[in-house]
This record gives sequence, C-alpha cells and structure tokens, in this order.
Amino acid sequence: MRWVWIDRFTAFVPGKSATATKCLSQAEDHFAEHFPGFPVMPASLILEGLAQTGGILVGEANQFQEKVVLAKIPFAKFHGEAMAGEQLTYKTDILDLRKEGAVVRGTVTCGERLIAEAEIFFAHLDHNRSAQVFGDQNFVFSGELQHLLGLAKLAAAKTPELPAAAT
Amino acid sequence: MTQDEIFKRVKPQLVEALGVDEGDVAMTSRLQADLGAESIDFLDIVFRLEREFNLKIDRNELFPESIFQGDPKLIQNGMLTADGLAELREKMPYADISKFEKNPKFENIGDLFTVELITKYIASKSK
Repeated sequence: MRWVWIDRFTAFVPGKSATATKCLSQAEDHFAEHFPGFPVMPASLILEGLAQTGGILVGEANQFQEKVVLAKIPFAKFHGEAMAGEQLTYKTDILDLRKEGAVVRGTVTCGERLIAEAEIFFAHLDHNRSAQVFGDQNFVFSGELQHLLGLAKLAAAKTPELPAAAT
Repeated sequence: MTQDEIFKRVKPQLVEALGVDEGDVAMTSRLQADLGAESIDFLDIVFRLEREFNLKIDRNELFPESIFQGDPKLIQNGMLTADGLAELREKMPYADISKFEKNPKFENIGDLFTVELITKYIASKSK
C-alpha cells in the first residue's frame, strides 16, 4: 500500500494555497476494518490527506530544499463522515511561512458538505540533524510523491482555470 | 500597551497553542513545568504572537535554544557560574532570574520561560 492520501492537485498557488482531491474506493483496506458493516474513512487518514496537501505546499515554497515534518496539529474538528464512492476536496492555505517552519489551515469537503477542518504546524527539520537521521535524500518528497509534485506543478501552471474543470 | 493588556492578548494564544484552560494561565505560569509546553510548542507560540501583535519575533531572542552549549566557563557541576549568569542576563534580558540565581541549577533553566517573560518581551517590542 502506498502512503499517499491524495489523488491529484487541482489548484496550486506557490507559497499560498493548494487544493487536492481524493476519491474514496471501497477497495481501500481501511474500509474493511473501519468499521465492519459501516465503512467510513478514519478521521486520522482524512487528516493525513490534508497534511500531505499542506506539506507539499510548504515544501514547494522552498523548492523542496527543506525537510518538512508534521510537528503538531493544534486544532482539528470533524463535522461528518466520508464514505466509499465519495470524493474529498482538501483545501489548504499557508497562514505563516518562515525559515523554521510553517502553519497551514485547511478544510476537507465532500461536495458542499464540510467534513473536517484543521490547523497544521510543519517544522523545517534542522539541516544538520536531518542529514544525520535521514541521510541526504529528501525523505518526504521521494518515491510516489514525486508524481504528485508533478501534478502540483501542472496545477500551478494552470491555476486558476483548473478547479472548475476538475469536478 | 500595559503589561496587563498584553497578558489578556497572550493568554488565548497560549490556550490555543498548548491546549490548556484559560484559568490555568497566570502571569507566573512556567511554560514547560506548569503549562506542559514541549520544544515544538515554542515555535508555535512565536508564530501566534507574531500574528496577534503584528510583530516580527526572532525565536532565539524570545526563547534562546542553546545558550551555553556545555561551555565549562559558564557551567560547572551542573550549576551556572558567575559568567554563566552574566551570559544569561545578556541573552534573556526579559527573564526574571532573581529566584533562579539563588540556586542556578542548569536543569532548572526552563523555569525562566514564563508567561511574564513573554509579556515583557512583547512590551519591549511594542514601544
């Protein structure tokens, strides 16, 4: 299973905001256990998708030269459930961005329905320490996420026309 | 702004950053020992204070991370030396070290990070 919880970026304004979507499939493993007979997406995974959207937004702001780690979630509120067959829209805005890290506020919606909202705090890992712990490779933005980064760049190039066409 | 006015605006920032109740936050509260702040929370607090007071805050000016770095002139046997205390006064001019200096154990240095430290710092920056 790939730890990627967004399918595509539909809008991307570097250093400011990003919107991504995630289509939920009954085939996803988590629906089997959460819960038997009542498959809803776990709140933690909904939040993970929002964090990935915001994390890539923050990483891109420094051309992925910083190691971006999710440091804390000061605020999160869940308003509804997300079920298989639905499409989630993750919208994130950067509230603050500085050399030590960034704060992102975001919402998760399903159509007009608000599913969740949260504030997510990302830290830029100290360069020396991250090299010791993770090596030189950018551990967050490698592998499958490179594909999403390509989509983010496409969305950035086409924003703002693309959101309307993405539905 | 008076210190009390600043305190009233600092309090909700700490409530949000640290997940504590308003009643828990007093001027004398220590961020770590009393309010449960962890290292990453200090950066979160700096961000919130910047937004609330529309200031640019240097994280290391408000919350110095590594003042001494094991320098034997400044720390001996786990205690700050006279030079160490002088360094502390210079690096943390907004901290009240009167109580700390009577028994300057390095391990207690976190107790200097109080709500009052924040309000004094903001007061000095808002002048």
